[in-house]
Amino acid sequence: MIAYIFKRLLVAIPTLLALIVISFLMMHAAPGGPFTQEKQLPPQVLANLNAKYGLDQPIWVQMGRYVWGVVVHFDFGPSFVYKDRTVNEIIAQGFPVTLSYGITAFILAVSVGVTLGVLAAVFQNSWLDHVAVGISIGAQVLPNFVMAPILVLIFTLWLGWLPGGGWEGGDWRHQVMPVIAMATAYMASIARITRSSMLEVLTLNHIRTARAKGLPTHMVILRHALKPALIPVLSYLGPTFVSMITGSVVIDMFFSTGGIGKFFVDAALNRDYALMMGVTLLVGVLTIVFNLLVDVLYAWIDPKIRF
Amino acid sequence: MLSPVDMGALSRRLAKLDEVRGRSLWADARVRFGRNRAAVAGVVLLVLCAGFAVFGQLISPYSYEFIDFKIMGHAAELGAPSWAKGYYFGVDDQGRDLFARVAMGTRISLFVGIIGTAISVLAGTLYGALSGYIGGRTDSLMMRLVDILLSIPFMFVLILLLVMFGKSLTVLFVGIGFLSWPAMARIVRGQTLTLKSREFIEAAQATGVPALRIILRHIVPNLLGIVVVYATLLVPDIILTESFISFLGLGVQEPQTSLGELISEGAKTMRYGTLWQLAFPMGFFMATMFGFYFVGDGLRDALDPKDR
Amino acid sequence: MAMLEVSDLGVSFATNDGTVNAVNGISFSLEKGQTLGIVGESGSGKSQLAFAIMGLLAKNGTARGSARFNGVELVGAPLSVLNTVRANQVAMVFQDPMTSLNPYMRVSDQMAEVLTYHKGMGKDAAVAECVRMLDAVKIPDARARIRLFPHEFSGGMRQRVMIAMSLLCQPDLLIADEPTTALDVTVQAQIMALLRDLQRDLGMATILITHDLGVIAGFCRDVIVMYGGQVMESAPVDPFFEAPSHPYSRGLLHALPRVDQEDAALSAIPGAPPNMTRAPKGCPFAPRCGDVVDLCHVTLSPLTEFAPGRRRACNVPISDLRGGM
Repeated sequence: MIAYIFKRLLVAIPTLLALIVISFLMMHAAPGGPFTQEKQLPPQVLANLNAKYGLDQPIWVQMGRYVWGVVVHFDFGPSFVYKDRTVNEIIAQGFPVTLSYGITAFILAVSVGVTLGVLAAVFQNSWLDHVAVGISIGAQVLPNFVMAPILVLIFTLWLGWLPGGGWEGGDWRHQVMPVIAMATAYMASIARITRSSMLEVLTLNHIRTARAKGLPTHMVILRHALKPALIPVLSYLGPTFVSMITGSVVIDMFFSTGGIGKFFVDAALNRDYALMMGVTLLVGVLTIVFNLLVDVLYAWIDPKIRF
Repeated sequence: MLSPVDMGALSRRLAKLDEVRGRSLWADARVRFGRNRAAVAGVVLLVLCAGFAVFGQLISPYSYEFIDFKIMGHAAELGAPSWAKGYYFGVDDQGRDLFARVAMGTRISLFVGIIGTAISVLAGTLYGALSGYIGGRTDSLMMRLVDILLSIPFMFVLILLLVMFGKSLTVLFVGIGFLSWPAMARIVRGQTLTLKSREFIEAAQATGVPALRIILRHIVPNLLGIVVVYATLLVPDIILTESFISFLGLGVQEPQTSLGELISEGAKTMRYGTLWQLAFPMGFFMATMFGFYFVGDGLRDALDPKDR
Repeated sequence: MAMLEVSDLGVSFATNDGTVNAVNGISFSLEKGQTLGIVGESGSGKSQLAFAIMGLLAKNGTARGSARFNGVELVGAPLSVLNTVRANQVAMVFQDPMTSLNPYMRVSDQMAEVLTYHKGMGKDAAVAECVRMLDAVKIPDARARIRLFPHEFSGGMRQRVMIAMSLLCQPDLLIADEPTTALDVTVQAQIMALLRDLQRDLGMATILITHDLGVIAGFCRDVIVMYGGQVMESAPVDPFFEAPSHPYSRGLLHALPRVDQEDAALSAIPGAPPNMTRAPKGCPFAPRCGDVVDLCHVTLSPLTEFAPGRRRACNVPISDLRGGM
């Protein structure tokens, strides 16, 4: 098992490096530097600014410095727009917020989705199944940017139960709608995958054996069916988590949570490449780490992979 | 956020067929598809949406850019949907006809979805089929590249591209197509590998059938099934991505619009009682998505039926 | 009253192509300690018969009729009743041990759960008992091996594990559904020898389902021959092999290649098993029978006893059957 993890890590590292290099090259391929957006600067000032940010060095040097900075110091460099702050500071401020409700939403989507899917499969064609499938189908077309306005419409404007935005240090009232808006569509997909996967698993021979052993239904499902049924779900979880974090951009903007999303969008509008790069890389790292976690989980579930 | 599709099972089933049965698969599938009410409903929905997108502008007395200065700024009181005034969906906050704008939005969204998918399918299928057919170390290397590409956060890079190279439709297509082909490549390559190992391929090779004929007669038709299903489900995914970006204001620019942008605008004015500005774009967005999901699911069930 | 009384048991499946009647009105009884073989081709319904008794039919299958075990009706019984009977009193061994064992669970866990659930044993005591049972089925180094996963065992060993697992609660009846079909010939012999020893030592009744007549000969006291979902003949094993009384049985035995007749051509029963969606009227074997008369296409004579302990379902009297053994 340890050997397996180590092997996956070895693969992950070059992927990460490749990601950093590609990102950097893309950043440099962009027409216009970060300073051409503002009013025309006198060439001397421009030259000074470029020198200050090291933009006048040959590209290899710049890349080397950047990669070194990221890998060794986790330093993404200074922000091009917020002159007195580094990218690290901005990320450190905004990312924990995003991550906190992101993780909550992820846990919610997975637990509700899997439960719904299992129940729907076990009680196939019952009212429970129909309701669960109906919800899954319906919720598919409710991505976060559709769900968010709907939630605010109902809970802030009509019912007045929840505040329409802000964060207040993570007070639960401010987390409810962001979390639900984020989780809804994924919960639906997870429920569908779980249901169809569980239905398939229930036809497998070893389930019949479990039943022949006189085990009650809940034991058959939990001990014998659930693990294999979750395998396709697992494949889906990696991209789901990353997708959620990506989607947080909308949530952060819409609900003014102070998360990294708004900073990113502003950075996009102001061509603050350093910040955009930093966030992109961070998410890339998250992706790789998460995929690694999923791979490890696979090995835990399916003993044939382990050895 | 792709709608879940069990590509593995579909792959295996499609690979089991040989040339003769392959033809009847499509006939069978058509019948099964026709019997699937949700799938047929999906087709109807898509036809209606497409119709609206293409012909909507002709029905509306107003263009999508025309600003009615009398209503501008007073949308809440004067801008509600009304047959009499010709503002079937009402007016947006800038005094423009929402009907025409939603028609345009649907048009652009569908356009981006379909073209983006086409690019992705073309690139992905070629890459994947090649990689799978060649096999060996080349295949491993090519797939390693795909893995790396898949680790890159799609959305952020797309936004990066849009910011760098300008927010034009072209960049949007290229960016989206360019960034979603790896997933398609993986699936096609998997299917090609499965097909390559089928006995009928070995038999064809053993009896001296030339490679090109094998590819055309046996591999391509069986690739078609999985590509069609995946493509149909890729379209809504791309529309989703594009809407997401437009919602943030980073996508299609004024005076053009897309559904994402319209939803964003509608959400901004929600509290002022102009709900139609949110409801119509949202409605068409959901209808389009439903349409594609139902059709995609229907196709997958038609080609790989299971007792549900 | 017999331990197991099966009466007019039928199984049908609802499929897209119509209703399939896999089993049509089977009746037999089984005493304590009796070994019964059920032989038939693929599709004769023999496995479905066993599943119906255990309540393990697929979702689209329905059983009708009756199967009483020690007086308790099993057909249509609620899960609470079935689960007290399963594994405890009636155990089943399946055909393919690789897919029948849970590949994701250690052997120790999947075996022990039978004891912890049915007998309330603690985990450690249960595992110890399982090791004992694995020793009894001759798994070498059982104590260490029990912690492994099924895929780490060979085919023959996996089947031994399944057998051991089924015997944990010392059931009164073991149903073995084609236990050796998925194994190679030498392993087959070992497994059958094992089953024979276990059956003798534990005195448990066994129903052995197979398509292999040779396996029946070495193991069972009585045999039932099934075709097209119905019983064609039932008899004690020795008289059956000496003088089969049904055209189908005769065809089967005739088709067995004989070591002492080297130059004789192999004889096979012409035709193919029936398509069970279009259930034929009359005798299911009629289309392939060499002794068929017009009556056979209309109706089949019910299973009637013509000699002590021997029954046949055939319209044509024995004396009129052409050719003998």
